[in-house]
Amino acid sequence: MKAFLILEDGNVFTGTSIGSAREVISEIVFNTSMTGYLEVLTDPSYAGQAVVMTYPLIGNYGITPDMESGRPWPDGYIVRELSRMPSNFRCEGTIQDFLTKYDIPGICGIDTRALTKILREKGTMNGMITTDENYNLDLIIPKLKEYRTGNVVDRVTCGEKHVRKGGRLHVALLDYGAKNNIAESLHKRGCEVTIYPACTPAEEILAAQPDGIMLSNGPGDPKECGDIIAEVKKLYDSDTPIFAICLGHQLMALANGFDTHKMKYGHRGGNHPVKDLETGRVYISSQNHGYVVDTGTLDPKVAKPAFVNVNDGTNEGLAYVGKNIFTVQFHPEACPGPQDSAYLFDRFITMMGGDK
Amino acid sequence: MPRNQKIKKVLVIGSGPIVIGQAAEFDYAGTQACRSLKEEGVEVVLVNSNPATIMTDKEIADEVYIEPLTVPVLEQIIAREKPDSILPTLGGQAGLNLGMELSEKGILEKYNVNLIGTTAETIFKAEDRQAFKDTMEKIGEPCAASLVVNNVQDGIRFTNTIGYPVVLRPAFTLGGSGGGIAHNETELIEILTNGLRLSRVGEVLVERCIAGWKEIEYEVMRDAAGNCITVCNMENIDPVGVHTGDSIVVAPSQTLGDKEYQMLRTSALNIISELNITGGCNVQYALHPETFEYCVIEVNPRVSRSSALASKATGYPIAKVAAKIALGYTLDEIKNAITQKTYASFEPMLDYCVVKIPRLPFDKFITAKRTLTTQMKATGEVMSICDNFEGALMKAIRSLEQHVDSLLSYDFSELSRAELLAQLEKVDDRRIWVIAEALRRKISYEEIHEITMIDSWFIDKLAILVEMEQRLSNEPLTAELLKEAKRIEFPDSVIAALTGKSEREIHDMRYENGIVAVYKMVDTCAAEFAAETPYYYSVFGSENEAAETNPKKKVLVLGSGPIRIGQGIEFDYCSVHCTWAFAKEGWETVIVNNNPETVSTDFDIADKLYFEPLAPEDVEAIVRLEKPDGAVVQFGGQTAIKLTESLMKMGVRILGTKAEDVDAAEDRELFDKILEQTEIPRAAGGTVFTAEEAKEVANRLGYPVLVRPSYVLGGQGMKIAFSDEEIEEFIGIINRIAQDHPILVDKYLQGKEIEVDAVCDGTDILIPGIMEHIERTGVHSGDSISVYPAPTISDHVKETIVEYTKRLAQALHVVGLINIQFIAMDEEVYVIEVNPRSSRTVPYISKVTGIPIVDLATKVIIGDTIRGLGYEPGLVPAADYIAIKMPVFSFEKLRGAEISLGPEMKSTGECLGIAKTFNEALYKAFLGAGVTLPKHKQMIMTVKDADKPEAVDVAKRFEALGYKIYATRSTAKYLQEHGVNARRVNKISQESPNVMDLILGHKIDLVIDTPTQGNGDKTRDGFLIRRNAIETGVYCITAMDTAGALARSLETATDTLTPVDIATVKNL
Repeated sequence: MKAFLILEDGNVFTGTSIGSAREVISEIVFNTSMTGYLEVLTDPSYAGQAVVMTYPLIGNYGITPDMESGRPWPDGYIVRELSRMPSNFRCEGTIQDFLTKYDIPGICGIDTRALTKILREKGTMNGMITTDENYNLDLIIPKLKEYRTGNVVDRVTCGEKHVRKGGRLHVALLDYGAKNNIAESLHKRGCEVTIYPACTPAEEILAAQPDGIMLSNGPGDPKECGDIIAEVKKLYDSDTPIFAICLGHQLMALANGFDTHKMKYGHRGGNHPVKDLETGRVYISSQNHGYVVDTGTLDPKVAKPAFVNVNDGTNEGLAYVGKNIFTVQFHPEACPGPQDSAYLFDRFITMMGGDK
Repeated sequence: MPRNQKIKKVLVIGSGPIVIGQAAEFDYAGTQACRSLKEEGVEVVLVNSNPATIMTDKEIADEVYIEPLTVPVLEQIIAREKPDSILPTLGGQAGLNLGMELSEKGILEKYNVNLIGTTAETIFKAEDRQAFKDTMEKIGEPCAASLVVNNVQDGIRFTNTIGYPVVLRPAFTLGGSGGGIAHNETELIEILTNGLRLSRVGEVLVERCIAGWKEIEYEVMRDAAGNCITVCNMENIDPVGVHTGDSIVVAPSQTLGDKEYQMLRTSALNIISELNITGGCNVQYALHPETFEYCVIEVNPRVSRSSALASKATGYPIAKVAAKIALGYTLDEIKNAITQKTYASFEPMLDYCVVKIPRLPFDKFITAKRTLTTQMKATGEVMSICDNFEGALMKAIRSLEQHVDSLLSYDFSELSRAELLAQLEKVDDRRIWVIAEALRRKISYEEIHEITMIDSWFIDKLAILVEMEQRLSNEPLTAELLKEAKRIEFPDSVIAALTGKSEREIHDMRYENGIVAVYKMVDTCAAEFAAETPYYYSVFGSENEAAETNPKKKVLVLGSGPIRIGQGIEFDYCSVHCTWAFAKEGWETVIVNNNPETVSTDFDIADKLYFEPLAPEDVEAIVRLEKPDGAVVQFGGQTAIKLTESLMKMGVRILGTKAEDVDAAEDRELFDKILEQTEIPRAAGGTVFTAEEAKEVANRLGYPVLVRPSYVLGGQGMKIAFSDEEIEEFIGIINRIAQDHPILVDKYLQGKEIEVDAVCDGTDILIPGIMEHIERTGVHSGDSISVYPAPTISDHVKETIVEYTKRLAQALHVVGLINIQFIAMDEEVYVIEVNPRSSRTVPYISKVTGIPIVDLATKVIIGDTIRGLGYEPGLVPAADYIAIKMPVFSFEKLRGAEISLGPEMKSTGECLGIAKTFNEALYKAFLGAGVTLPKHKQMIMTVKDADKPEAVDVAKRFEALGYKIYATRSTAKYLQEHGVNARRVNKISQESPNVMDLILGHKIDLVIDTPTQGNGDKTRDGFLIRRNAIETGVYCITAMDTAGALARSLETATDTLTPVDIATVKNL
């Protein structure tokens, strides 16, 4: 069946429908990872977005147990070519079936490079995937322009608190859309991890007297999370060590009065160099964000840049002055992507007074 | 860390002559690195014995030494040039070994020079078997467990700890004979017992068998601050067991999940960090196909063939970045040359798929075993880029220039099912074609995978291609079907054959339906950032992004494709220089080539690079887009020449010598007319198509005769026939492939062979120098030792050659380059062949005369004249240096290949000896070729009757050098009768000790064996002697002239060689 990707700038790509045939409007973003399409699909941070994979051959090893959450989250999935016969010893099925099962529409067979160039030049924009051959651009484009993603954290956070047993240190993980490997990385290092819903009051968390608090990644515009930011501020005010990733990092910045802004087309992929400003070392990181902390709004008495993106100089992490708090924009938990910055979890463990 | 300002003068070590396993990739890496160093204001001293390279140009380095790569020579260069640093990581294993030796022998310390780019400790840790194992163990990186045992019990005990199957490799046996894979104790005992008996030292290596695992490589970079990145990973379609250089390779990996990918990536970073490498490094892994278990196979702490491939596959200039790192820069300080926005500290992301296929020399060595093993056999490779795997594979196949254009090109349809399955077991260069046939017979993926261990994902891709063949044969050709066939890169010719239509019809149908190739950019970042670099590949069914340019003048330069015997790196040298010359004259330059190992496919050589097959259809698509003002074909070897006709049909003007004149030189009848008209004699001959006709001509001329196909390079298929039977055999071999052009049969004349390269502007000619071969006619010019200036010919002969060259160039209306080979016999000069194009000797003669031949030829092509360029026409006065080009062979790598020299070229590379005297130059040339005699001062002679009188002189000279001479019966008798104290040894068939025992006893320096023509036991014996000599590392000579030259070289051997800085050589 034919499918169409209609962009808000009027560009239309014609391809073949994959997954669900339902129509969807979403924000279109691209990811440059060459492996790890399954981790991308199951990363809750993609909620509210349709993802374009720039690597043209997708699904080569099928669906494996490498999921970062219980289900795929993107609103839509856009690829050049889906492998008709995945091959891997852990393969449990195909992307096609996976998308169908979760009712996620997609499109394949389009020139994803041309699409990526549009997004790069004009910036992230909204689009529609439809199988309706009689689409009417005059009606659709205003709808696309109007569309707002809104608060998506509520959609992806866990329903109730649960505990990953074991370990000497106790970490409270705030789930704004957490990838599994965050809890896993902590657990592997000897932590018992209690996972809290995004909106859990700070008091409840602090009452549990955790050794440290982990603020997770998550989807959407951080400014949509007003209530959460207020709670984060309370966590900041406690003396508990805090480590935050991605959305968590942005929320901590907003909680301290700094600003964030939307990037032209964001960073999504597994090849972003970030420089640790303390050591001068550069690490290749996994990234997935469309918003960034505005370095110009930092209060140097409160926080100073700890990491910077080598490519475009944007902020990649903050160290909070006089606090046991550090936050990063990139993903030390990887999955997909390079594991180079996994040492930050060790740093967090040390901060909590534990050894590995 | 900013640049280390203490580094002011760097000695760069090149990799020496091209041999199998060490080829053009090091010219690419070296050239890029030298340019990168010079960019930083560093003075570069270059040493490399290979004159065919671009890196040995005086434009690339400040001081250039084309000298033997030995420690004493390097020491002299260091003493003279006083560099502060040495960069050894760009010259392959040869460079690395030299760096290590210089360090071990205290030479670095003595002259206060530092190794940069690596340390002696790093080299040791990576290269020493035990040190490497210990290092890997220390950081918990697994290697395949192995142990050297000298009895069966130890073998069993060890195997019980590591588990079956195990690979057994006896030490010091011929080509690994006596080894094997044991799956159980019975097999282990059997193979081990045999192996211990065969091994000269009674040792067998028992190793965990990882054959059949996935083979994965990572290219990693690290700077002195410890920052590391991976440039690229690659997956071999052929699982472990086939050398990665002989495997079909895809980049990036296709069948690895992120978990496997990152696991190996992290491992590679750990290894490069532990080895403390600063620069590039290659790590090879075996990955179990059904678990996460892996083994480190090998680490190369330097740039390599794989890094060249990774550079071209990603656009990340590994050698350039490695050079900058050696100067002290960190990755985040080095700009990404492609995007100009990002830095070297990021990892390239591909939005396409790259396939590399090795170019194997079995069309040259038809007796050699086609089996692919852990010993590399490929002479070169092709790469292709597409947005799907099937398309990339199809493009790579037709880039090979081996008469293959699809999965139908080798026909296995005659085989029964059982035979086909048996054929699948054989790992050779035709395996994907065998799999395709298996798929046509509906043999299941599982069964094919079971036998080949090739991942089903790849098998499915081959199946998609096979299904398309069937659809094209069975279904009506709709636009939709055509579109899909083109998406996976079926060439029009194949579609035509399958649909029963003409190629023209397919072509027209495509254009009518808008099914045309468009071009995408290689930008290192999957379009995330805007890139300016015009490095393109074609795809179907997408949007074009090749920038339209309309300069005043635009030239299309056709490259020379994969490196093969007969068409080597010399033609890349010519293509690159031609491109540079056009650029200097203000032309926009567009290069088309498909060889990832070369300088010409570096993205900053031409204004635009199209990484595409050099097939007419692919070139046409580029022509339609670029609309060049002309194309040059005379620099890209036979590959480019073959495209001439197609280019003219596309309406492209051929710059320089016209196509009809090229034809006149190749076409026998036309050429005979030219010779008649110019009154130049040649050996009598005729043209034929069949063996019957050939025999008739041969008998008319009288044997021996020279038999060869027309329009080939490197004398492919050329033979000297002594009888009707040999004619039958040779014509049969030539006609295995349908010939478009007739076969030539000529009277064979034995005389001095002379060669010239000349530039002609249509009126005047410039001959930079005359080269004379040490071997008489009968040995291919590329395999002969070539001397400049010609040392033994008379002035009369020289004048005749100049005159003939002039007449031929004018008669053929040559504009640009012409190469002519002559025979001089009793003061008479005959022409052998004329090539109105660049030749193998162009780089060599350019360097030793200081005359930039390609540059001049290009300017002449554009419209300049020789006089206008400031040169006096005619023969340039000889330089006051003697420069000798020595061929270098790779016979030890090709089991079963016949090594005796003849009219068909067999050498893979060359080196140079340059000195004030002939003797020193000759000695340097042998030294550069790796001939380091004497060792044991014992030799074997077995020569054919015709050579016996000359053998006496040679034998006496070796005797005088202190050699003990062994000879087979009739040679011994003859030598004894003529006063040589030759010791007679038994023939192979006779009882021990016989000639084979002598060779296998490892006490022989040299075998002089001039092969008897004809069939029978005698030739078989000779073949065995030669093969065994080669495989045990004994230097083997098959022409008396070469033997005489070696004697002369040893007679005048000296330790005090004087290095010559080529950059200062000028024609006087």
